[in-house]
Amino acid sequence: MIPRIDRPGILFAVIGGAGLALPLVQFKANRIVAGEGLALPAALPLGWVATVVIAAALAAGLILRAPWLRLGAAVLGLGATVSALGGAATALTPPDDTLARVAPASGFWLMMLALSLMTADALTRLRPPLALRWLLLGAAIAAVAGVLSSGMLDGISVMREYAARQDMFLREASSHLVLAFGSLALALLAGLPVGVAIHQRAAWRGPVLSALNVMQTIPSLALFGIMIPIFGWIAATWPAAAAAGVSGIGIFPALVALFLYSLLPVVANTLTGLSAVDPAATEAARGLGMTRPQVMTRVLVPLALPVLLAAIRIVLVQNIGLAVIAGLIGGGGFGTFVFQGLNQTAMDLVLLGALPTISLALVAGIAMDLTVEASHKGAA
Amino acid sequence: MIRIENLSRSFDGKPAVQDVSLTVERNQIAALVGTSGSGKTTLLRMINRLVEPSAGRVLIDGQDSRDMPAHLLRRRIGYAIQGHGLFPHRSVAQNIATVPRLLGWDKARIRVRVDELLGLFGMEPADFRDRMPSQLSGGQQQRVGVARALAAKPDLLLMDEPFGALDPVIRAKAQADLRQIQRRLGTTLVLVTHDMDEAITLGDRIAVMDAGRLVQYDTPAQILTAPATPFVRDLTGSGQRAFQLLSLTPVADLRRPGEASGTPIATDATLRDALSECLTSGREALPVAGGGIVTLDAIRGAAAE
Repeated sequence: MIPRIDRPGILFAVIGGAGLALPLVQFKANRIVAGEGLALPAALPLGWVATVVIAAALAAGLILRAPWLRLGAAVLGLGATVSALGGAATALTPPDDTLARVAPASGFWLMMLALSLMTADALTRLRPPLALRWLLLGAAIAAVAGVLSSGMLDGISVMREYAARQDMFLREASSHLVLAFGSLALALLAGLPVGVAIHQRAAWRGPVLSALNVMQTIPSLALFGIMIPIFGWIAATWPAAAAAGVSGIGIFPALVALFLYSLLPVVANTLTGLSAVDPAATEAARGLGMTRPQVMTRVLVPLALPVLLAAIRIVLVQNIGLAVIAGLIGGGGFGTFVFQGLNQTAMDLVLLGALPTISLALVAGIAMDLTVEASHKGAA
Repeated sequence: MIRIENLSRSFDGKPAVQDVSLTVERNQIAALVGTSGSGKTTLLRMINRLVEPSAGRVLIDGQDSRDMPAHLLRRRIGYAIQGHGLFPHRSVAQNIATVPRLLGWDKARIRVRVDELLGLFGMEPADFRDRMPSQLSGGQQQRVGVARALAAKPDLLLMDEPFGALDPVIRAKAQADLRQIQRRLGTTLVLVTHDMDEAITLGDRIAVMDAGRLVQYDTPAQILTAPATPFVRDLTGSGQRAFQLLSLTPVADLRRPGEASGTPIATDATLRDALSECLTSGREALPVAGGGIVTLDAIRGAAAE
């Protein structure tokens, strides 16, 4: 009997197969010159073992039906891909050569893509309960941290860039978090009251939302163009403002820009969430003798909570990504590496900024999705 | 007792309620009826100050309703609305406990009261206490809404189209239950409805509102037999008047000695029920529970009055 072919499995196999055929790594004599691509079996000793494991994982995606088995195969394939990358770096770099670079190439990225998709697909089919999904998220973070700290990937170009600027990386990581979470906190502090206000006074809705919409359409570079002279002038004119942190460039204008971009989602979702509450429930709450603050805290906010959390999710993920542009005006964050790398045409340095940003946004997005789902269950 | 004195309210210069005065005696039900836009809901909402009057005042047991903050006033007055307005994120017990919690009752007292009310409304406490409103039928939701309004034992209960969202069968049952519970608790009840039949079934007095003014405030019998204006006459609907009249009189009033066959009818059933039973079963007379009979002739006579 011929097993039925799994359709998403075909997609994963095609992408992964292309990845196996394309170069796994690029070997460069130094970080600037063009390199030479090496495909998997030839890139490292025992490369054929990794090739077989990855091919088997992709084949499992074609024929296996049980979600747990599919998940296992995908995770095994991911492990083999990452090990092959580490192994290739160790094997290819001549001893004591600090200039040579081994960078992940198209084949590696395609295999990671195919196997990550297969993992996500298997998880979707498993429909794990909420608590298990939190555990899986934690396990995935722990696995990545384990691989990175094990030294297994230390030969890879991105990790070499990291090793060269470890202190700076930690500093920029913390300013990235300050930018993303700080602007979110400010947007909530300002946006929630505004959302509540325009919910209660319908006449203000149009003007407020239009103004925030216009703000949202200003490109970030243009916004900096406007802010740099204004804040620069303020800082130069009032020393007290400068002492409080106001400046034309640096973290202050970056924080302000992210805050402004966050206002629309926060205000609009607050309004949507509050408006979706059954008017009969608020009418009853008032009629039974709740004060206005009691109606707000006991009825409106709990019922609007899923929509408010959805706003926080949008803003958080958006700001983690947008915070990269702070690097352009000396605001710090992972953007610093991205723009340095672009200036030096050093892709490894760009990746050192981009990969943590993407991972952070991914983790924040999933964590917030799980929170939103939990709040739906609470409100149902 | 509740006394409404020269109450008026306008919205943006347009009068919604104009110079309405009426008194509802203790333990009585007053039904406010009228077409939509007649001001009946505004009048009701001025009693618990969800709408503040432009002029006039409301005296509840002799006390001016403006003597205390509006939210404290409302905690003393029950309030139930169309579509029940239950809090969807709170269990049945938490919904019913809303006002007692606002008043700071202790937990044990609240629990006893919640179970007592659920029992009163025919809902097994152990079964219903922890359900969410979405897990109830429409009729059950409505009952929980009224139980919530009665939780802190208010002397006065306001209801705005409480049965509007129910289908006719459940509505008739809910009306009968409300009537019985109101009699048992001795609550004064002011009820807004656009359904004249409902007003006649439930009201001790009916207030007919038209264009913001009180046109007639009288007993159901007077409203039916002596309408003050053509508007009141139209509202009662000429085709239904005989039936509406019959629905006002209990069978007991026409009982006389005699024997008749078949299932007896309850003494508190209305003549309308008796007429229906006579026609359906093809009988000229029905035995009344506890002795005596009621005849079709007598019913006919009562309807022609």
